Amino acid sequence: MSNALKILVPVKRVIDYAVKPRVNKAQTAIETSGVKHSMNPFDEISIEAAVRLRERGSPRVDDIVALSIGPAKCSDVLRTAMAMGADRSMHVQVEPSEEHGELEPLSVAKVLKQVAEREDCNMVILGKQSIDDDSNQTGQMLAGLLGWGQATQASKIDFKEEEEGYVRVTREVDGGVETLKGKLPMIITTDLRLNEPRYASLPNIMKAKKKKMSKHTLADFGVDEARRLKTIKVEEPPPRQGGGKVEDVDGMIAKLKELGAI
Amino acid sequence: MFACRTSLLTYGRSQINPQRSLRARQSILFQLLSTLAILEQREGQLNKNSLSAVTAAHRLGGSITGFIAGSNVKPMAEEAAKVQGVEQIIVVENGSYDKGLPENYAPMLAENIKKGNFTHIIAGHTAFGKNLMPRLAALLDVQQVSDITEIRSEDTFVRPIYAGNAILTVQSTDPIKIITIRGTAFAPAEIADGSAGLADGTDPNHPISTEWLSEDLAASDRPDLATASKVVSGGRGLKSKEQFDKLIPPLADALGAAIGASRAAVDSGFADNSLQVGQTGKNVAPQLYLCAGISGAIQHLAGMKDSKVIACINKDGDAPIFQVADVGLVGDLFEKVPELTEKLKQ
Repeated sequence: MSNALKILVPVKRVIDYAVKPRVNKAQTAIETSGVKHSMNPFDEISIEAAVRLRERGSPRVDDIVALSIGPAKCSDVLRTAMAMGADRSMHVQVEPSEEHGELEPLSVAKVLKQVAEREDCNMVILGKQSIDDDSNQTGQMLAGLLGWGQATQASKIDFKEEEEGYVRVTREVDGGVETLKGKLPMIITTDLRLNEPRYASLPNIMKAKKKKMSKHTLADFGVDEARRLKTIKVEEPPPRQGGGKVEDVDGMIAKLKELGAI
Repeated sequence: MFACRTSLLTYGRSQINPQRSLRARQSILFQLLSTLAILEQREGQLNKNSLSAVTAAHRLGGSITGFIAGSNVKPMAEEAAKVQGVEQIIVVENGSYDKGLPENYAPMLAENIKKGNFTHIIAGHTAFGKNLMPRLAALLDVQQVSDITEIRSEDTFVRPIYAGNAILTVQSTDPIKIITIRGTAFAPAEIADGSAGLADGTDPNHPISTEWLSEDLAASDRPDLATASKVVSGGRGLKSKEQFDKLIPPLADALGAAIGASRAAVDSGFADNSLQVGQTGKNVAPQLYLCAGISGAIQHLAGMKDSKVIACINKDGDAPIFQVADVGLVGDLFEKVPELTEKLKQ
């Protein structure tokens, strides 16, 4: 059936959200060695969204492919994605480079375009942003490259029986929400409110070890590592001085007046 | 500004006669630099905050053109034309751009950019700008620079990364610079007595497969959270929606403040998602950020630590919020907030 969904879910391995990042001594990047990494929180939501669509059953979900671009250790987040319910995964191995940093969103989008076309996907669900670079670009760029519709910052994904081949997405916008109806194929980026990702159970983690993970390089997709942006410097933000505590409400009002805040 | 000029001069030196006066040199250079500031509109109203893009354009130097698209946008364009230093407003009059859907807005914008030979394209890092600009960047094969807080020179920008825990200075090598700006870092340009001309833009009227159905905006007569000069924010410590609604709005009213919330408060259903302050919500930088029952997780601090004065009420004196607060009160918010509200009213 032509209306069955084949979903691509790109996931990124990032420094764990609870870790306070430290700038390296040379002020060229964030220190990543020996730091806890995990799947970008928005990408967990994307995987969960894809798996819930399958559980919903209508339209049928034929394939959920998780993909990650990055160093060897990205295979960990792909295993997690498969343990959560992705059918298979693709790892485009790109080792980190001191001078280049990581691949830029535009290059990532170019790889994803190739994959979406080759794998014949009709939906790509991405996180709205990665919590390291905070760019919020990849999904929109991919939609532009493919010429597909886009619904960013989704808080609800819905299908209606009578609207075959269409998806309804409610988006978080400034001041509230808006709802779009998009014709498949479609790019969706996920907001935190979309769902609560499941924990992978031990049996599912074991099963995920048997699922297929294919290995690729950038050259397979005709994309090079060239960067358009050069990092000049990475610095710690200026520290804020905690101004100490006051005893009571009157003290608070007096201090706020003194600081000219009220 | 000085750094910006220096870089412009360095850039231009190879191209122009060094015998000319500094003034002439600068004027030639400024012609090389041509910025398009994307202005937002909603329901026939110009979003004044999007005039921040004009402020950023001023810092770049060079010529400034405004851009506005939608139905009946002429009056808004005329309003924006009064901003000092804007040379022209490009207007695309067509109702299919009213909802800012990037599927047709981005290709239309790309056509206008190619036609106008712009070197810099600036929009706010708002829901509209975030949705639109990367799609535009991909169409033009440009790596966008998101959410910048500072312009160092025509190609070098400063932006926070890792939820504001690091500050990145980055240089773009793209021929066209596509930038979104953090609204709190660039005050909106004021509507004064400028007199930019209006010009009709190109409208390819690209067909699209996405349809806008409806919206549900949180109605509020309070100041807009992202731009308010004072913000009162509540967190998980408020324990319930009832307590949030009972304690936070009166305090906000007493101060004339906007209302914000932590992610924990939003997730627990105490407050609407659009009020969330933090890495994944809104960035605010008011004169006063007063919060109660918020511990100060890094994701929350990312959204408010540029506030001028931070005040907090929390019963846990070791909460990380106290490390950034200028005024901290350790105590039970259920007592202290009503007391503070009463005393502020007097």
